[in-house]
Amino acid sequence: MNIDYSQELPVVEGRLTLREINDLIARPMDERPNKKYFIALSFTLSLLFIGAISVALTLYYGIGMWGNNQPVGWAFDIVNFVFWVGIGHAGTLISAILFLLRQKWRTGIARFAEAMTIFAVMCAAIFPILHTGRMWVAVVYLLPYPNQHSLWVNFSSPLIWDVFAVSTYFAVSLVFWYVGLIPDFATLRDTTASKIKKVIYSIFSLGWRHSHRNWQHYEKSYMLLAGFATPLVLSVHTIVSFDFAVSILPGWHTTIFPPYFVAGAIFSGFAMVVTVLIFVRKIFDLENIITINHLEKMNKVILATGMMVGYAYAMEFFIAWYSGNPIEQFVFINRAFGPYAWAYWIMVSCNVIFPQFFWIKKIRRSIPIMLMIVIFVNIGMWFERFVITVTSLHRDFLPSSWGYYTPTLVDFGVLIGSFGLFFTLVLLFTKTLPVVSISEVKAVAEGAQPSHNGGDH
Amino acid sequence: MEQNKKVFGIAALYDSPNAIIKAAKTVTDKGYKNFDVHSPYPVHGMDKAMKLPPSKLGFVTLAFGLSGAAIALLFMYWTMTIDYPMIIGGKPFFSLPAFIPVTFELTVLLATLSTVIGMVTFFFYFPNNSHPIHDTNYMKSVSIDKFGLCIEADDEKFNEEEINKLFTDLGAIKIEKIFFPDKLNVKILEPKFIGLLLIVAAFVSVSTYLHLNKVLYLVPFNWMMDQGRLDVQSSSELFGDKFGMRNPVKGTVARGFMPYEYQGVNEPTSPLSNPYLPTKENLSLGEKKYNSFCSPCHGNLGDGDSRLRGQFPLPPSLHSSKSRDWLDGNLYHVIVNGQNVMPSYSSQLSREERWAIVNYIRVLQRAKNASEADIQEIKKEPVTNVSE
Ligand code: HEC
Repeated sequence: MNIDYSQELPVVEGRLTLREINDLIARPMDERPNKKYFIALSFTLSLLFIGAISVALTLYYGIGMWGNNQPVGWAFDIVNFVFWVGIGHAGTLISAILFLLRQKWRTGIARFAEAMTIFAVMCAAIFPILHTGRMWVAVVYLLPYPNQHSLWVNFSSPLIWDVFAVSTYFAVSLVFWYVGLIPDFATLRDTTASKIKKVIYSIFSLGWRHSHRNWQHYEKSYMLLAGFATPLVLSVHTIVSFDFAVSILPGWHTTIFPPYFVAGAIFSGFAMVVTVLIFVRKIFDLENIITINHLEKMNKVILATGMMVGYAYAMEFFIAWYSGNPIEQFVFINRAFGPYAWAYWIMVSCNVIFPQFFWIKKIRRSIPIMLMIVIFVNIGMWFERFVITVTSLHRDFLPSSWGYYTPTLVDFGVLIGSFGLFFTLVLLFTKTLPVVSISEVKAVAEGAQPSHNGGDH
Repeated sequence: MEQNKKVFGIAALYDSPNAIIKAAKTVTDKGYKNFDVHSPYPVHGMDKAMKLPPSKLGFVTLAFGLSGAAIALLFMYWTMTIDYPMIIGGKPFFSLPAFIPVTFELTVLLATLSTVIGMVTFFFYFPNNSHPIHDTNYMKSVSIDKFGLCIEADDEKFNEEEINKLFTDLGAIKIEKIFFPDKLNVKILEPKFIGLLLIVAAFVSVSTYLHLNKVLYLVPFNWMMDQGRLDVQSSSELFGDKFGMRNPVKGTVARGFMPYEYQGVNEPTSPLSNPYLPTKENLSLGEKKYNSFCSPCHGNLGDGDSRLRGQFPLPPSLHSSKSRDWLDGNLYHVIVNGQNVMPSYSSQLSREERWAIVNYIRVLQRAKNASEADIQEIKKEPVTNVSE
């Protein structure tokens, strides 16, 4: 295991030819799913079913089925929302920011991460929409629509910013993803043997011809989309953090929230991407395309963002002390040593302590240890949102109204259901669409670009 | 059989990126215009080899991005300061910092969507699945791992032999002639297609009907109201007077609201008189406030045709002789004081707005029960809205 970092590593390992790359990526879509796939699918579908029952209960009896009540009026709904939106951030980071930074290694994982973004945002949307109570009329008060009462949404409310940010984020991610898929649909159309599949691929390929006159605009559009998605991804979690930061509650009302939330989002997103990719590359034999180097690079990002998050934790305490504001100080002492201390210390150990192991190269490149650490990170980041939301609310300014929040079974059911939805979508995706971008990986394979003398640069 | 088909072009396959770059360069230098290079991924340096001008796609993005920003800002400005001004958190009506997030998001949304839609439709002329090049062996190779160049038959310099020779000289591994496909015979009146259209139409109409007429008016499940909290009307053991609701200290006056002398009186006989003339501004204020606050129950024209679908008792018509004979002050009194089940609107409406509504109700009443003289008056007026 001696790696020479002074030289750029080949992005695709094993010297695959272009046709081999093509076949390798397209294979999962042509083979019948095996038994293991069905076992996995039935597991995720059961989780989804639990979620469906909980959602039905919530709709029938109202959101009183949830545990949030005075003084903790905001709990699992916002915790899970922020958690899932955060997971989504890795995809856009990989596909847009790393694209602008000319990081070629992103090609192997970009498609998958983008898909996870889309699925994660779908999971996130469940929670605020359910929390509106009668969600079939939610569109009436979430979007500005012309009405006879000339009532409009309140554009100076962070909750409305959220609606715009998350729906824009979803739309842009979906478009970005689809644009990336167009050439792949064309390739699949030309290679598939099945007639029905061919019709479907033809429709989605829009008639793409791999023409260079088109590639030229295509590359330009990819640039433009990446250029827009980059500030967009930073803005989304910034705006999510405004939900808290713009209020005047101690523990929420801090200016560090936007960067802190963005770092946390990338941290948790990368952890989730690594978790899923570990399985995908194994099951679909993609070890040469999603290499251990990819995972190592992602682990480095996890280490870096993990330390940013740790810095933010420390800085919050420092500011609470430095501000001299006794109420702010109380909130933070209560956070670390109050009734929710257990949650706080789970968060700190999972997010700040465990990722430190990634300083060691052996651990960065060892699949089992890496898997353990990223799962801890996923847990820790969920608890981070829990700690922020619940500890600030459960003891407000009036000690007579202090309380202790406990989630109900239905709360957990909806959370489990969102995991079920996410993994079901991921499983369906692996069997229906190319999990790695065919055209992009071909473009970075060895010998795929003209050599300098022949290419006449 | 191949003889009677029209030729689209001649295509050659190459094995390596270097070869295709060379081929593209030569073909460009020889002066061919209508040709295209096909490759499974964008080959670097091809723009230069084909002498393509830079893509103009960015202008679409710029134009739509800027309009996104402008639309968002103007729209927020209009709703928050003109159409429904409301003081929120002590901020000014037009609070630019609070409008920046939405402006930014709309800019990004419009810019990206327009880039992609513009590219696909105006730059690519997609969707186009009937291009002659589809389904050829040539296409199947360039889709996977070969690089192709196709010179089209409508090029001025098109000459089969010359091109064949040129391609072979450039090291083509395969040369293929591409023909226009036979005319497709697509029947629009196919029963299956008509059936599909009908099913879609039926589905859309039924679901729209159900949504607009049923789902939106679902009566909330009652037990959602059943919560363990103290409701305003309920009694409580906590206080001496056993009332759950606490009243403000006696004599409290809300800012901007003058105490009303007939509070709680039933149909005062000499109520306040109307200090406002029914000017144009006053009436349009009245119309707006009436539509916002009164029309859900009383109907748009005061006929008592509520939109609440039985969720609240139907109010009487405002065109009864009772309300028509009432003094302005009596109408004003109902707004401030409420009447039986109708709640008071004194906290939602300012003094001027209440009187404006009264004036507007008078307009509705007069319009619905126009006298002979009124009709003569209208007939006398020059007809302006019919163009001749
Ligand atoms: C929530 C539904 C509702 C709204 C909104 C409402 N009303 Fe009423 N209104 C009623 C009902 C019901 C009655 C009949 C009350 C009764 O039983 O005496 C009524 C009665 C009246 C009457 C007396 C009519 C009569 O013949 O006794 C007037 C005048 C009136 N409303 C004016 C208004 C105005 C002006 C507004 C807008 C500021 C308004 N209402 C808004 C429900 C409503």
